[in-house]
Amino acid sequence: MEFTTIGKSVVRKDAAAKVTGKAKYTRDMEPKNMLHAKVLRSTITHGIVKHIDTSKAEAMEGVLKVLTPFNIPSGNFPTAGHPFSLDPAHQDIADRKALTDRVRFYGDEVAAVIAVDELTARKALKLIDVVYEELPFYLDAEEALKEGAVEIHEGSKNITGHNTYTVGDVDIRDAFAQADYIFEDVLEVQPVQHVQMENHVAYAYIEGNGRLVIVSSTQIPHIARRVVSQALNMPISNIRVIKPIIGGGFGNKQDVVVEPLVAVMTVMMNGQPVMYDMDREENISCTRTRHGVRFYMKTGVRKDGRFLAKELRAYGNGGAYAAHGHSIIGKIGGNFYRTYPAELATKYEGFTVYTNCSVAAAMRAYGIPQIAFATEAHVDNIAKEMNIDPIKLREMNMVKEGFKDKLSGVTINTCGLPDIVKKAKEYLHWDEKIKEYANQTGEIRRGVGMAIFSYPTATWPVALEIGGARIVMNQDGGVQLQMGATEIGQGAATVFSQMAAETIGIPYEKVNFEEFTDTDIAPFDTGAYASRQSYVGGKAVKKAALEVKDKLLTRASVLLSLEKGDLDTQDGQIIRKDNGQQVASVADIALDSYYNYHTADTIAADVTATVETNGIAFGGSAAEIEIDMRTGRIEFLKLINIHDSGTILNHMLAEGQVHGGMSMSLGYALSEVMLYDQKTGKPLNNNLLDYKLPTLMDTPSLDVSFVEPYEPTGPYGNKALGEPPTVPTAAAIRNAVLQATGVKVNVLPMNPQTLFEHFLDAGLIEEA
Amino acid sequence: MLKKITMTVNGVKRTVEIDVRESLLDVLRDKLGLTSVKQGCGVGECGACAVLIDGVSINTCIYLASWADGKEIRTVEGLEQDGKLSSVQQAFVDGGAVQCGFCIPGFVISATELKEKKQSYSREEIRRALSGHLCRCTGYQKIVEATEKALEED
Amino acid sequence: MYDISTYEEATTIQEALQYLKENPSSKVIAAGSDVLIKIREGKMAGASLVSIIKIEELKKIEKDKDGNIHIGPLVNFTQLEEDPIIREHLPYLGQGGGTMGGPQLRNIASIGGNICNGATSADSGSTLVCLNAQLTLTSLDLERVVPIGEFYTGPGRVDLKAGELLTDIVILRQDYEGYVGKYTKFAQRKSMDIATIGCAVMMKLQGRVIEDFRLAYGVAAPTPVRCPVAEAYAKGLTLTKENARAIGEKALEDVSPRDSWRGSKAYREQLIKVLAERAIWELANGGGEQDA
Repeated sequence: MEFTTIGKSVVRKDAAAKVTGKAKYTRDMEPKNMLHAKVLRSTITHGIVKHIDTSKAEAMEGVLKVLTPFNIPSGNFPTAGHPFSLDPAHQDIADRKALTDRVRFYGDEVAAVIAVDELTARKALKLIDVVYEELPFYLDAEEALKEGAVEIHEGSKNITGHNTYTVGDVDIRDAFAQADYIFEDVLEVQPVQHVQMENHVAYAYIEGNGRLVIVSSTQIPHIARRVVSQALNMPISNIRVIKPIIGGGFGNKQDVVVEPLVAVMTVMMNGQPVMYDMDREENISCTRTRHGVRFYMKTGVRKDGRFLAKELRAYGNGGAYAAHGHSIIGKIGGNFYRTYPAELATKYEGFTVYTNCSVAAAMRAYGIPQIAFATEAHVDNIAKEMNIDPIKLREMNMVKEGFKDKLSGVTINTCGLPDIVKKAKEYLHWDEKIKEYANQTGEIRRGVGMAIFSYPTATWPVALEIGGARIVMNQDGGVQLQMGATEIGQGAATVFSQMAAETIGIPYEKVNFEEFTDTDIAPFDTGAYASRQSYVGGKAVKKAALEVKDKLLTRASVLLSLEKGDLDTQDGQIIRKDNGQQVASVADIALDSYYNYHTADTIAADVTATVETNGIAFGGSAAEIEIDMRTGRIEFLKLINIHDSGTILNHMLAEGQVHGGMSMSLGYALSEVMLYDQKTGKPLNNNLLDYKLPTLMDTPSLDVSFVEPYEPTGPYGNKALGEPPTVPTAAAIRNAVLQATGVKVNVLPMNPQTLFEHFLDAGLIEEA
Repeated sequence: MLKKITMTVNGVKRTVEIDVRESLLDVLRDKLGLTSVKQGCGVGECGACAVLIDGVSINTCIYLASWADGKEIRTVEGLEQDGKLSSVQQAFVDGGAVQCGFCIPGFVISATELKEKKQSYSREEIRRALSGHLCRCTGYQKIVEATEKALEED
Repeated sequence: MYDISTYEEATTIQEALQYLKENPSSKVIAAGSDVLIKIREGKMAGASLVSIIKIEELKKIEKDKDGNIHIGPLVNFTQLEEDPIIREHLPYLGQGGGTMGGPQLRNIASIGGNICNGATSADSGSTLVCLNAQLTLTSLDLERVVPIGEFYTGPGRVDLKAGELLTDIVILRQDYEGYVGKYTKFAQRKSMDIATIGCAVMMKLQGRVIEDFRLAYGVAAPTPVRCPVAEAYAKGLTLTKENARAIGEKALEDVSPRDSWRGSKAYREQLIKVLAERAIWELANGGGEQDA
């Protein structure tokens, strides 16, 4: 497919604003009469608030109101950034209130102070006395499921969700019986946190006409609006949500975390603006996390290496509230089946479990970093046991083009995996290195490893996929592009602008994208998640742009007395298709559309697109590492991610996305973990010193490569790219450790101490 | 606990009444409207609030405003000249170093400090000099590349 | 905004001592990277502060006529790393300080603050202990000199009395002349982290024989500690890989690392052993930093 603007590394629409401080984030726009709120968080992990004494706090100078679960107008609401379901059985669990008298994790929201400034609010929190009745708590999913465990949510048996499936023509037991070998692994990934650089922050006020306005750093303005309407039992039309520039989300802002609280607060303050800006410490331990998951994985393999039967039981630690419910652990099941389809049968059973940990929900790639780590580690373990080249084992078993997914009904149209594997082999000089690094004995050892994955684009057929776009052409032939899809740093504004420019036939610079998503203005779209926007929103842009182009050519043909069918657009000009001759400029036609005395009719389109397809994206990672056996420290010699995301819409931005995903996966692999005191349930490392986000010095030079099959279901041949980069890197590093040392590390993170302990257990080093 | 301080902010002498309990971050943002100075952690662990104080990159969240009395303060709002981005800013824009952008003013500030020292730096030295800033979007790759490019230019 | 109840800003040592005398419960704030964080956490909320950052006389590095090196307590870590006197005579102290925090922090955080907060993880701590740094503590009534080893009294505790200010850090000529040294920080991250173990080694060599040896660790005990057993053992040994290893192992008799969620005792012991062994071997082979 030939494109003019798509695929070009055009500069981001908002880059100049962001290097000059002109970009306005939520906190940068506060009205002058702002009040500030701080939240009193529980100092127990599980229990009941028996009594709250707020009198001393209320008496403090500068304090305007102290909110408790007993004096606020908040009903129960769900928080997941999911589309609403018309089927009550499929609606998200509405288990939260703006404040709670039932504490389910350390740091749960018990009371709040509204004051003239943050310091006053902070000091007032210390004056609130809370009496708790404590209950036993559970930090481990399987502990919470034990007989007799106290229910964290009444009637739940501590199960948020559970699903099981078997696919295949053969009974699962028979399928395993046919296998020559059966391999089993218990693998475990840790809970981690998004640590987007901008904490959750929102403020709310009520306009003179009585409408509630919430300005929030959210990925999902339209969903936030609906949830606030549920929480406050307020008509959705009375609510307006505005998303300014946002400082990262990664799924943490795909939940409605602070909006209902600020809404309640302004309601209680007669509409005066109230801001709640979370501290980093709160943000790490009291918003959302990525599920820690324990996997019991079993594969039956034929002598030649072909997987005949696969079985997985997965326990996801969902933390204290439902949030996204069972969606993430459910998605893990689909992925388990798809990436390496077993010849005979696959069985899955997944549990999402309530525990008293921080709430787990969406984090970049929604369950797939977890299952990809487990799967790819397991595959390498099998390869080692069977003495088969791990790449050969992958090639033999990985999913292929044309595969029809029996669970989702989706057929894989394009699959770059064969090319990805080939590139990875070349990049690593696999065949030589695998020999060179065999049987090392020294203090410093080297290894190579790789991992692959598959990843759905958007959520079809699980959920509704709808996106809106509005394009209005200006007098000079430039356009305004308005969407409900949100720019959260990933570059949506830029690639949507490229799409509009491409299809209308005007220069990229002539497209203005409104980055502030205002639900009063922006067409409906459910927002930034599931790597869906360029696929779903992209379809909407294309539809709107085609309509605009059609109107443009219709007007041009009348004005120029030429056949519409003979005309086209190119780089802001109306041209003749046959000889490329410029016959008018887009600007001429646009001006006419505004001011023609008889036929003025501005050129605009306002469309909605729905999507009922899913273009599966693929990718892989390859790592060459060096391990200090005595300290457990890993250094990188080479690291690459290779992606099939269909057409790459903007190579420079795409590379940036991949780099960021790799870095996040490096942290997942080597250093990041949410730690809790086992005795109290208190988070131990909820600050940026102790939560080990990779620094620049920890991040090696990152390589990126793409294979670009044209995906027929994507609006421009494109598939998911936002989340996939953070999927494979951790497993590739882990497999390189296996190759270097022969040690199977089935847990993350592989921090130096963990590796030291593994090497000690394996007898590779001596005890101090 | 109010006090008057005088500082040169982005080339302009400003006398500001501060509360001695305020950080420089508070004063730059709330009193002078310089919102490029971002608060990411409040404890000097992320670097989003760095500004140049007498030419040196310092985190303002843990710098009392009172200490800025008599100092020369520069933020990214003051780096443009005659409507043109500084070479560091331009390199960040052209090189795709910017994503969500929340950490970017801090990086631009530290890169500007390097640029103004007019020395040559190896890539390793650049990496070390920028390592006081956290970024979750970029994996740092294009930030380092952009800084390297800006330092190469005269 | 910080929860501070009173704030005084001194521009001279005299002024600072006066303020400290007037309000004995007040705390000295140097570059703030420790004190302000503690105020925010609540540990020092409502504190009375005496700010000393504007005392220019505390920001100098000088070598006196006897060859002793005076480091002003407000010298920041960037200055320490780049200072010509430090580079010439105590490069390993500058290099060690250069592993502390991140650049913006090193641009302001002071060596005196690093000492006075009493943290065992202080990245200048173990080297200063190795160097037997002499601390001048001044109050309006008295001036006393305390070797740094005695200054540390417990975790986060130092021998700083009410009304006192650290006014000079002196490295005596005999404590640095002729030594090679190296500080190794092992932390989970390579920037903006606290040490899992910090290890400072100083050696004086006579050919391949260790004439004098000093070893100190951070995070291996409640305070930065010297290792008398390992030091005595090392003196007179010939530099071989086996001996380097043996000295590292010997150091385990001098330390008492603890188990915490930040790192296990066993793992810290491994680092204690390995870091010393490797530093010794590197210094033996011309690596590390030396007094020029």
